[in-house]
Amino acid sequence: MGVKLLLEKANVPGIRTYDVYRREGGYSAAEKALKEMSIEAIVEEVKKSGLRGRGGAGFPAGMKWSFIAKPEGVPRHLVCNADESEPGTFKDRYLMEFLPHLLLEGLLISSFALGSNDTYIYIRGEYAWVADILEEAIQEAAKNGWLGKNILGTGFDCMIHVHLGAGAYICGEETALIESLEGKRGNPRIKPPFPAIQGLWLRPTVVNNVETLAAVVPIIKMGGDEYAKIGVGRSTGTKLISACGNINKPGVYEIDMTISVEDFIYSDEYCGGIANGKKLKACIPGGSSVPILPANLLLKTAKGETRYMNYESLSDGGFATGSMMGSGGFIILDEDQCIVKNTLTLARFYRHESCGQCSPCREGTGWMEKILQKIESGKGEVSDIDLLWDIQRKIEGNTICPLGDAAAWPVAAAIRHFRDEFEWHINNRELSQTSNFGLQHYADPIHVPA
Amino acid sequence: MSLEFNNEQMTEFKRLVARYPEGKQKSALLPVLHLAQDSFGGWLPTEAMDHVAVLLNIEPIEVYEVATFYSMYNLKPVGKFVFEVCQTGPCMISGSENIIAYIQQQLAIKPGETTKDGIFTLKLVECLGACGYAPMMQVGKIYREHLTKEKVDAIIAEYRMQVAAQN
Amino acid sequence: MSEQTLFKVTVDNITIEVPAGTTILQAARQIGGTVAPPAMCYYSKLQGSGGKCRTCLVEVSKGSEKDPRPMPKLVASCRTTVMDGMEVKNITSEKVVEARAGVVEFLLLNHPLDCPICDQAGECHLQDLSFEHGKSGTRYEFQRRTFKKHDLGKHIQLHMTRCILCYRCVFTADQLTNKREHGILDRGDHAEIATHIEKSLDNEFIGNVIDVCPVGALTDKTFRFKNRVWFLKPMDAHRDCPSCSGRVTLWNRGDEVYRVTARKDQWGEIEDTPDGKPGWICNSCRFDKKQTTDWVIEGPREISRQSVIAQGHYAGNIGTTIPTETFAAINNGRTPHLLMDIHSESEVNQPNIHLGENEGPSNSATFNNNINNA
Repeated sequence: MGVKLLLEKANVPGIRTYDVYRREGGYSAAEKALKEMSIEAIVEEVKKSGLRGRGGAGFPAGMKWSFIAKPEGVPRHLVCNADESEPGTFKDRYLMEFLPHLLLEGLLISSFALGSNDTYIYIRGEYAWVADILEEAIQEAAKNGWLGKNILGTGFDCMIHVHLGAGAYICGEETALIESLEGKRGNPRIKPPFPAIQGLWLRPTVVNNVETLAAVVPIIKMGGDEYAKIGVGRSTGTKLISACGNINKPGVYEIDMTISVEDFIYSDEYCGGIANGKKLKACIPGGSSVPILPANLLLKTAKGETRYMNYESLSDGGFATGSMMGSGGFIILDEDQCIVKNTLTLARFYRHESCGQCSPCREGTGWMEKILQKIESGKGEVSDIDLLWDIQRKIEGNTICPLGDAAAWPVAAAIRHFRDEFEWHINNRELSQTSNFGLQHYADPIHVPA
Repeated sequence: MSLEFNNEQMTEFKRLVARYPEGKQKSALLPVLHLAQDSFGGWLPTEAMDHVAVLLNIEPIEVYEVATFYSMYNLKPVGKFVFEVCQTGPCMISGSENIIAYIQQQLAIKPGETTKDGIFTLKLVECLGACGYAPMMQVGKIYREHLTKEKVDAIIAEYRMQVAAQN
Repeated sequence: MSEQTLFKVTVDNITIEVPAGTTILQAARQIGGTVAPPAMCYYSKLQGSGGKCRTCLVEVSKGSEKDPRPMPKLVASCRTTVMDGMEVKNITSEKVVEARAGVVEFLLLNHPLDCPICDQAGECHLQDLSFEHGKSGTRYEFQRRTFKKHDLGKHIQLHMTRCILCYRCVFTADQLTNKREHGILDRGDHAEIATHIEKSLDNEFIGNVIDVCPVGALTDKTFRFKNRVWFLKPMDAHRDCPSCSGRVTLWNRGDEVYRVTARKDQWGEIEDTPDGKPGWICNSCRFDKKQTTDWVIEGPREISRQSVIAQGHYAGNIGTTIPTETFAAINNGRTPHLLMDIHSESEVNQPNIHLGENEGPSNSATFNNNINNA
């Protein structure tokens, strides 16, 4: 069993309630932070922990906190990004659903450290029932003196508010989230200014992911140095992975980042192997926007080394032969899955979710979807593959926000690693409508543990 | 048609607005639109949006802009139960297409349509964050996960029963 | 006034000094010529505009004197302020030229290319942009996007298919009128300009959306299909207007005033009035004052010689003369002969078909239907 820092108590009956959470040692980190630690000391512990943003970008959380401007007389805000919408990702939902008080405790400590008296949880509208759980937990916490005025007699006031989104992936982007929280369309802002200077209502704002903020609790409990000892290199602590697709045991797993990808997929403790005795074909290891990897590059890096479930190892080889840790949405595709079709559904997703502000994303995502649709339905030309490649290249890096990149990468990686499958689709127009390319892709037999 | 919140809904409205600082009441727009949609039959007629604009002291166009941006707001009438079936990657590889086809067949409607009796609407949506429990759909607040044909049958029957019980 | 801090910035190897806080685009415009990146959505007179169209992307090859690292991505020059010692590459960067060609292609992807019947033709920024940075063909082979028609009232004609979603008209309504009634509805590739409730726009200053629109999406209904801009003579004129500066450009043919617009500078933006404020004009000046007697005419407006509008105007006024020889005279008696008769080559340009009636872009397939309906 690996180390569990976040989900350790997830299976304790009634842990969702304040009483059980408290009995199990909950809110002791908040007590420690608010009563015994200075603001600087808390930020320092988070910095020392090496905690990286768990939303997808992996930006060091402590550093993000240190950027926040502190102009005299201007309120600051912490906003929790619970707009989890990246296909393949459902870890935050799990955490909020089962351990709402863990998030609240993390939010309280972080609000204290950042000086946020009004902290918002921006939760995606579809998670309305999770929002209800959070609201209930907030009421419990307030009743027990953990939220409200003069918390623990420290003079610190803090209230946590739940803000329900209404169906827009783009609101996971922090400035779009802020716009949405201001009651506007979720159009990402043009940066600079960054939220740390001018965020919510033009006040200094920090936006952190649910898992990031929950991780502050164990960091304060054990100290940043101890936290940093878990894991490897710059991948410190534990990470929640939401595993889905064609595996025996889909679900949310907490891993310390020393486990190999192969162990994660095939061990009974985690994914339990590929479902229905099928073979592994490919994997999108960090949420739909990160590059898809064929099985051979997933289990081993291009250098032939074992690939591990951490930031560095998953991105080993860059986009040429590697991928990204991303949000931890781990999508497994078995031998029966069609890469063209999978890429098409993702392209459709990004077209659907583009806010439409900037031209490369607004026009490019729809164009890619149409071409993929054409190839998938057996009407493609070989030149379409090159056209797709060229379009994604012209979107990537040229848009206001990372949605453009997120739309471009899956298409690029699919072509990069599975060009032969695209060509097969095009050259076998009728056959491709009834049968599957399967695993022909691999010249070498892939090692599949018994 | 004049649409206005009743007393109970006004109380909820005030609770939502109170979350935001003085003068920032526009921030409550998304939650208030949810309240309006729930209060006025599952969708947002123009009158409902205008009412929200008046309450929040903003221009109606600001409400229309927002209501048309987010996918959860229905701008046309919908059935009593809206089947929002996820069709994105992870659900697709777990067989969402078969489920969508089956629902279409059972309810004799296409995506975006409502059954003649006004009970069901089928809506195809993108990732709802239940990828590990695919295929899935959302009905109201509830996630219906690990869908099979049998489960779909049971869900349809369940809602039909509910409607019958109310009549 | 205290002395302003000046920053040295180099754009395409030309160095100038600009006050701190100046954007790269504004600095480049001060240098002028091809150094200035094109801008489709940025409008210096509209607060908050810019950053969206991505045509003004430039490469920052040196961040500043202090931190010389290049910026990792191309940046929107309209929204990026200069740093001291910054070095910027516009058309000297291959990356920029390629990205810009990409943006032009994206902007034209769903554009109907109905320039032959578009009132904006000749003064359309998208036309200019395509001419300069675009490719001659399209790689898009799908049905182009169309929209439901919306009526914005008796003054303003909306052609949503031509819109590039620059948001300028939204900012205009926000900043010039007390009550915005139109906006961006829906999202992504089906986002559109509309009022949602089919309301007509009649605020006294709403007509300015026509002037800020970079394409033919918002045009003057009182001028619709009346004439081509290059056949008109732009004249600067003014009147004593109670609600606006009253400083306009009249677009005349003979004694007839076909159209009234605000005066525009070389970047296509509203000129400032002598007191330094943007010279927005009111609806009354724009739509109602269509007699030369309504105006004090100052004289012909100087138009850039590169502009289509400059063709064939002002004999004697700005130093050009109309040639007196006929084509035959300078061509040894040969009369010009048609390379091809367009009507025998294409079904599109049938003289009896009204292109404006077409929902989408015209091609032979849609045309056959149209002919049958005509």
